[in-house]
Amino acid sequence: MTLLSLTQITASYGASQALFDVNLSVREGEVVALMGRNGMGKSTTVKVICRLLRQSGGTATFAGRDLSGMPAHRAARAGVGLVPEGRRCFASLTVRENLIAAARPGTWDMAAVTRLFPRLAERQDQIAASLSGGEQQMLAIGRALMTNPRLLILDEATEGLAPVVRQEIWAALARLKSETGMALLVIDKSIRELGRVADSAVILEKGRTVWSGPFGALTPDLTDTYLGV
Amino acid sequence: MSRETLLNAALMAILLLFPLYAWVMDEPFLITLTTRAVILAIAGVGLNIALGFGGLVSFGHALFFGLGGYAMGILAYHAQTYTSVTDWPLTIPGTKSMPVIWVIATLTSALAALAAGALSLRTTGVYFIMITLAFSQMFYYFAISWPTYGGEDGLSIYVRNGFPGLNTMDPIQFFALCYGLLALILFFTTRLARSNFGLMLGAARQNEARVAAVGHRPYRLYLIAFTLSGAITGLAGALFADLNRFVSPVMFSWQTSGEIMVFVILGGVGRVFGPVAGAALFILLEHSLGGLSDYWHIYLGAILLGTVLFARGGLYGLIAGREQPHD
Repeated sequence: MTLLSLTQITASYGASQALFDVNLSVREGEVVALMGRNGMGKSTTVKVICRLLRQSGGTATFAGRDLSGMPAHRAARAGVGLVPEGRRCFASLTVRENLIAAARPGTWDMAAVTRLFPRLAERQDQIAASLSGGEQQMLAIGRALMTNPRLLILDEATEGLAPVVRQEIWAALARLKSETGMALLVIDKSIRELGRVADSAVILEKGRTVWSGPFGALTPDLTDTYLGV
Repeated sequence: MSRETLLNAALMAILLLFPLYAWVMDEPFLITLTTRAVILAIAGVGLNIALGFGGLVSFGHALFFGLGGYAMGILAYHAQTYTSVTDWPLTIPGTKSMPVIWVIATLTSALAALAAGALSLRTTGVYFIMITLAFSQMFYYFAISWPTYGGEDGLSIYVRNGFPGLNTMDPIQFFALCYGLLALILFFTTRLARSNFGLMLGAARQNEARVAAVGHRPYRLYLIAFTLSGAITGLAGALFADLNRFVSPVMFSWQTSGEIMVFVILGGVGRVFGPVAGAALFILLEHSLGGLSDYWHIYLGAILLGTVLFARGGLYGLIAGREQPHD
């Protein structure tokens, strides 16, 4: 069953159009990699899904509900969970406060999140701003999970992290996929790591969907053309 | 025990012991002075919910302070003149009962804050400041031009309102009542700050989009905070009017809004007990500097300037350091 569907989405920042024709779908339990070079519209697409930016054209549906006109907090309550770019925690709150403040009823609670990221249990009374980059990222993922989403969107979740921490994050995502069957939309530059979890991929180029299909069907030609520097 | 907890305890102990000492020494003026500080602290604690927790720079909290004051003044005036507040569609009599006046003052201010907040919170930044200021000034000019309740001259109440079992005309008993209310409000505000609502309100101050992304509507959080803030400030207004047995349009003026804001800034924005320290310091300065010069506000201005420039966390930031994680 299709959980998220974007059809011919266009969106602008004021007079500057950022998305021209984005098509994307995520099925229940599917892990989709949203790929493309910097500035191609990946984060803007995420903003449209999370209703942090309104599309100017096209249709966006989530679990059969039209997302147009839906404010961001309602999209979140409908089940869209976001791990924003840049480890955006609530800096002045403790780890525990970051988590419980976001909590919504469901299977994901403090215990479940700290099982996935044991380090958060050790740091639960620490102010988020004092955590390492990797721990902040774990907290950002944990906070999104506490909203008990049906779709978890991770925008550059491993960017700028030490290799060891990146492995920890990827391992957590693999566990999310295998143990919970949660649908994921992952934006990341690491094709090799994405290959460990993604079922399919969508490539954006200059605000347009230029390719979509099974992740295994990505050829070196495609990656060189659309993802190479 | 953190330094902040110790400071909170010390502050509350000083506010309790000083008037007790004045009572033993038979210095009723000092008791009244401390009562004034306690009441203004309640107003500051109220504003701090909006300003400190929610980052809402309201320059119109005099509106709620004044409404609380006039709620007390109008009800007590009709009680002392044996007339009713309204005769149609139903007869509303005046009252000299403090608990009833508190409820009415709090509800009136809460409703006004809900209405003013619903409109003001659609704006941000300097526009929010100006619209809240405009609301309070609107009531200021209305009060001036309302002769029924004294117009510009204000309204005097002959005898302080009553509280069951207490002689409220006795300074120490009225102080005890105000101190008890301050303690209750501080307890409530501490719980509020640690609740999910308080955490999300603080988070919305940092980044509204992130709060929306976890399913909370920032506007709703702000509106609830603004309403609670207005309600508490309104209660302080009713107490202040009872302390002075007088209400006047000055309670609605922008200077009053500014003074309440000064308590919060001096004490420490966002610290639950900050406005208590701020109000106490303000009264102390007013009393000590006021005796030296009629232009004491100049010195207060210099202290405020120093606080903003060099001690951004106010007195609390200076003594207790940065805010610690909640226990």
